[in-house]
Amino acid sequence: MLQQISGSIAVAEAIALCRPEVIPCYPITPQTHIVEHLSELIKSGQLKGCTYENVESEFASLSLCIGSSGAGARTYTATASQGLLFMMEAVYNASGLSLPIVMTLGNRAIGAPINIWNDHSDAMSARDAGWIQLFVESNQQAVDVHIQAFRLAEALSLPVMVNMDGFILTHAVTRIDIPNQQQVDGFLPPLVPRQQLDVRAPITIGAMVGPDAFTEVRYLAHHAQKQALAVIEQQAAEFEQIFGRDSGGLVKYYGNENAEIVFVAMGSVIGSLREMQRQTAEEGIDFGILSLRSFRPFPAQVISLALGKAKSAIVFEKSFAVGMGGVLTSEVHMATEANDLKIHSVIGGLGGRSITIKSLRKLLDAALKNELPNETFMDLDTATVEREIERQQDQASGPVAENILRDVGVVSASKTH
Amino acid sequence: MSDSNSQTVKFYQTGTFTVGNRLLDESLRTVQATTERSNSIDSGHRACQGCGQALGARYALDAAMRATDNNIIAANATGCLEVFTTPYPETAWSIPWLHSVFGNAAAVGSGMAAALKARGDTTTRVIAQGGDGGTTDIGFGCLSGMFDRNDDVLYICYDNGGYMNTGVQRSSATPPAARTATTMPLGDNPGSSFDTGKFLPAIALAHEIPYVATASVHDLHDLERKVEKAMSFHGARYIQINVPCPLGWGSEPAHTIRLARLAVESGLWPLFEGERGEVTDSTKIRYQVPVEDYLKLQKRFAHVFKPENLDQLEAIRALALKNIRRYHLV
Amino acid sequence: MNQQNKPFAITLDVGSSHLNKTGSWRSMRPEYVDRLPPCNKACPSGEDIQGWLSLTEEKKYHQAWQLITRDNPFPAVMGRVCYHSCEGACNRGQLDLPVGINSVERFIGDQGLINNWQFSAGTDTGKKVMIIGSGPAGLAAAYHLRRLGHAVTMFEAAVKPGGMMRYGIPKYRLPREKLNAEIDRVLDMGVDIRLNQRVDDIEQTRREGGFDAVLIAIGAQHSRHLEFAGEPSIPIIDALTVLRDTELEKHNRLVGRVVVYGGGNSAMDVARTAIRMGARDVTVVARQEQQHLTAHRFEIKEAVEEGTRLMTLHSITAINGNELTLEKLKPGDSHPVATGETETFSADVLVLAVGQDVDESVLENSPDLAVENGVIAVDERLQTKSPGIFAAGDAAPSQRNVTSALGQGKKAARAIHAFLNGSLYQPAPQHEVVEFNMLEPWYYADAPRTAQPHLEAVRRKNGFAEVVGDLDSEHATYESRRCMSCGNCFECDNCYGICPDNAIKKLGPGKGFEFKYDYCKGCGMCEAECPCGAIRMVAEEI
Repeated sequence: MLQQISGSIAVAEAIALCRPEVIPCYPITPQTHIVEHLSELIKSGQLKGCTYENVESEFASLSLCIGSSGAGARTYTATASQGLLFMMEAVYNASGLSLPIVMTLGNRAIGAPINIWNDHSDAMSARDAGWIQLFVESNQQAVDVHIQAFRLAEALSLPVMVNMDGFILTHAVTRIDIPNQQQVDGFLPPLVPRQQLDVRAPITIGAMVGPDAFTEVRYLAHHAQKQALAVIEQQAAEFEQIFGRDSGGLVKYYGNENAEIVFVAMGSVIGSLREMQRQTAEEGIDFGILSLRSFRPFPAQVISLALGKAKSAIVFEKSFAVGMGGVLTSEVHMATEANDLKIHSVIGGLGGRSITIKSLRKLLDAALKNELPNETFMDLDTATVEREIERQQDQASGPVAENILRDVGVVSASKTH
Repeated sequence: MSDSNSQTVKFYQTGTFTVGNRLLDESLRTVQATTERSNSIDSGHRACQGCGQALGARYALDAAMRATDNNIIAANATGCLEVFTTPYPETAWSIPWLHSVFGNAAAVGSGMAAALKARGDTTTRVIAQGGDGGTTDIGFGCLSGMFDRNDDVLYICYDNGGYMNTGVQRSSATPPAARTATTMPLGDNPGSSFDTGKFLPAIALAHEIPYVATASVHDLHDLERKVEKAMSFHGARYIQINVPCPLGWGSEPAHTIRLARLAVESGLWPLFEGERGEVTDSTKIRYQVPVEDYLKLQKRFAHVFKPENLDQLEAIRALALKNIRRYHLV
Repeated sequence: MNQQNKPFAITLDVGSSHLNKTGSWRSMRPEYVDRLPPCNKACPSGEDIQGWLSLTEEKKYHQAWQLITRDNPFPAVMGRVCYHSCEGACNRGQLDLPVGINSVERFIGDQGLINNWQFSAGTDTGKKVMIIGSGPAGLAAAYHLRRLGHAVTMFEAAVKPGGMMRYGIPKYRLPREKLNAEIDRVLDMGVDIRLNQRVDDIEQTRREGGFDAVLIAIGAQHSRHLEFAGEPSIPIIDALTVLRDTELEKHNRLVGRVVVYGGGNSAMDVARTAIRMGARDVTVVARQEQQHLTAHRFEIKEAVEEGTRLMTLHSITAINGNELTLEKLKPGDSHPVATGETETFSADVLVLAVGQDVDESVLENSPDLAVENGVIAVDERLQTKSPGIFAAGDAAPSQRNVTSALGQGKKAARAIHAFLNGSLYQPAPQHEVVEFNMLEPWYYADAPRTAQPHLEAVRRKNGFAEVVGDLDSEHATYESRRCMSCGNCFECDNCYGICPDNAIKKLGPGKGFEFKYDYCKGCGMCEAECPCGAIRMVAEEI
């Protein structure tokens, strides 16, 4: 049924259709509307058989999820940003214990400085936590991917984090097709836990593993994620058959398959890139877009293949590892070692800064002229930065900071303006 | 003797306070006296010799198992209890058991309770447990939240007064003057400082949860009665059990129960119960002993017997007197 | 749930820790032991006191009676007159008060009489033993010999059997119906007793009767006398005569102001008898300080309660007419010493209770039987220098009380039994005795001793009614349950319950426990917390 609703409400409706049994939550912007609406659905009796726990922290929230999932219940929560960091110990633990929890991450920057707006710093902070991390481009995908997420989590007995851009998606009101219960039930069978605390068949979950088997445990976790690659694809295909929509999967390529320049990105920015793609197509300028829908597991082979014909890849990412650079960039580098490909890293949209088509177009133009540096901080206020660096130089040794900036391309980038 | 006193005669029996007693009606014997006990923690665990926590956990969980007809699942904080029971590939637990991380046992327990509630399972009951560090320090937020929501979990804290698993560091349950690796008996204020620390049972009581109790491994009848009573309530419940630690206390393994007994009999570990914010009962001291009897068996208190630290000894006596007065122990 | 599909290593199956045999950590191993409780050790009759208390705890009175009478045929008598050194040794005395063993024994003894429980003799061996004297030693020996199947003939000079039990212990302490019933029960085992028959020639009697062995148990019937300066006009009689005459209901000479000289139990018995006979004023004069009097404390206490005046640290130096001259003494290094300070004291009768000796006349025709230190010389098996002739009780070296006489009777019977079988009696080696510090008394309930009801002091003076009343069944149960079972497992389950490693197996009622050494880490908690000291730790051998 088509509805004109916000992304958060849509996700809450989708979660309710998945028949969750336990929802612990703690409010944090920008995911609050999801758990608020779920609370309403439960209080009003529309969602039955579900225990809602408004807990005292995100750490408790995910810890409740661990207990609940360990006891064999279908379990959901949502968080963002600082909240994810606060629960981080439990994040690693949930995957270590192979618990099929589904969690929405309303992507948001991490402080300090405190900033409540969107970027992907939170998601990247959990990139090694062992969760399946899926990204959605739109609110329709958010609805669809959450439904897939439960089936995926339970099939693999792994926790799944569905990443949707804070505000850009969570707060955007769009027309969304909310599936009906019958459709969802047809796609998502009741949970059959891989392991469960059961008084009739006691087990110990969460043993201490020493050097004798720790490597093997970690390898098996890695193996499980690799196995997930095929399952994600297969489930997305099945979903498309039932629901008639392309949602989920590992990657999605938009545009001419023979394009020399391909943008690689995750989340809602794909929408902006596609808009630019429509505009440039009218001008006869061709470029491709590779949307990474599964960040973990990282579909390296699929990416390499999708970029097989590209000469230049512009990896656009909404976070970066300070002191190193774009995380996604380096991962794409690793995935395309065998490709004949020039990779440019673009960091943009940090802390909610708007990603305008105009700015994206500048990147494209520079790339077309072969002038795009290895690393670009999109829309960086160079004047402010330089002034600040200069002020600091007065107090510290001179050339060092500037050299660093030159190294990372800021100085040369500024000179192009 | 009149008929009214004949009950008294029946009560006075050889070894009334022992685990069993062949003269006692079977229904009045402890769970530990029966061959049918659950042995929630079974042989082969790697606890130190004379571990009070291994004992306290088996006591409490077996009692809970009997009270619920063997329908217990448990969440466990990181710590000695977790480490010595579950080194891969061997587990000593015979009950469904899950260990997550250090500070979240109460929340994991809450999650289990939420799952059972969602499923309408009113038979299976949840216990969350941890040491004092995992409870009074790092796990305190989760525990307080569990109390606040009145989640249907019995939380049991095995209090040995420090971080023993990591090498005997101070926790907020470390008693004043005690030597730990982070409160060495040095300087003007040797050992753990006076006027620090927290007594979590009183804090638990302040949450006005259905039931709070303290217990000791030396008085099994009292301990089992409290666990069984706790299981008769729904909602959040809390029991803190004093479990001596030969390693951390510098005591003989054989003295574990003796120390637990002396802690109570000296007044340093008050045994009491409370319901919904009110203290309802306390277990009287049977043979009151000076605090020295308790302290002198532990190397962690050796310095309080030095002439220059006698003020500490006096301050410890004052703590005992305060407990005795506050909880009406004599 | 798919059992095969559980995550590797982080999820484990129950029971797997059994693979880890923690017994290898151990340097000391616990063992169950049976130690000798101090009461049993202190009992001159060698009763298994703890054993019969345990049966009494469970109200198994017949079994308790059978266990007592294995060693002592007179529980109703001894439950009244035994000086119960067991209670003095009882570890419970260090906790609150000793278990009232004596009163429970009396209760059990009375149960035996009420229910008419009987003894049976052993299979006839064809051997014959003669016993001279039917006091406690003689009767005890007769009993044990009959149980062993030997024929017994007793020769008793008096008209009734019982010796000092009858002629030395007043009725108010030992009602005669109890004494008679318990003696009859022994005689009913087929003992041939010849009353009023004094043996003058042991060898001849033995020969004529064809006896294979002889036990001399004639007691110490000869009262000691003292000579005093001056010219007394008052009667001076000995304690034994007073007590015997009282038993025989002869003319009562205890009138007016009675002075008893001596500090032993006989002195107290005479004083208390005198009060009952209507004496106006009774004073016990003794040389020792009160704490050094040989009379038992309860006897002194009861005598004083009844009105006896105690004058300790005094000696009688002269008697003129009815005036006694008393000299004050003061405590000395070993004995009280004279101060030279005197006073006079009027009396109507003086009773000497200063000890008895063996009547040696019976030995006149037996030159082989030597007397040393006033008693018949015997070896450690109570055998005299004459083979087959044994001596026991007050006539032999002993503590001179009814309890030790019973014990000697039993020992003599065993020695005679061995002699009759051509062997030597070897007592079984004793286990280690349990000290109080081997116990963990916390586990025992606070249980103050049951005070046996005492006749009010005033009522006692009017007659020979029994002073100490009976325990009822409830109290006997209570009192017996105060026993801490020192040194012997009473299946309290403590070890089983408190082992942190679950390394003890409970074998079921009456079967005790066994250690699972595969898992026992040797922490020693079971030993420390065994309430009764029935576990010990021993070093592991490498």
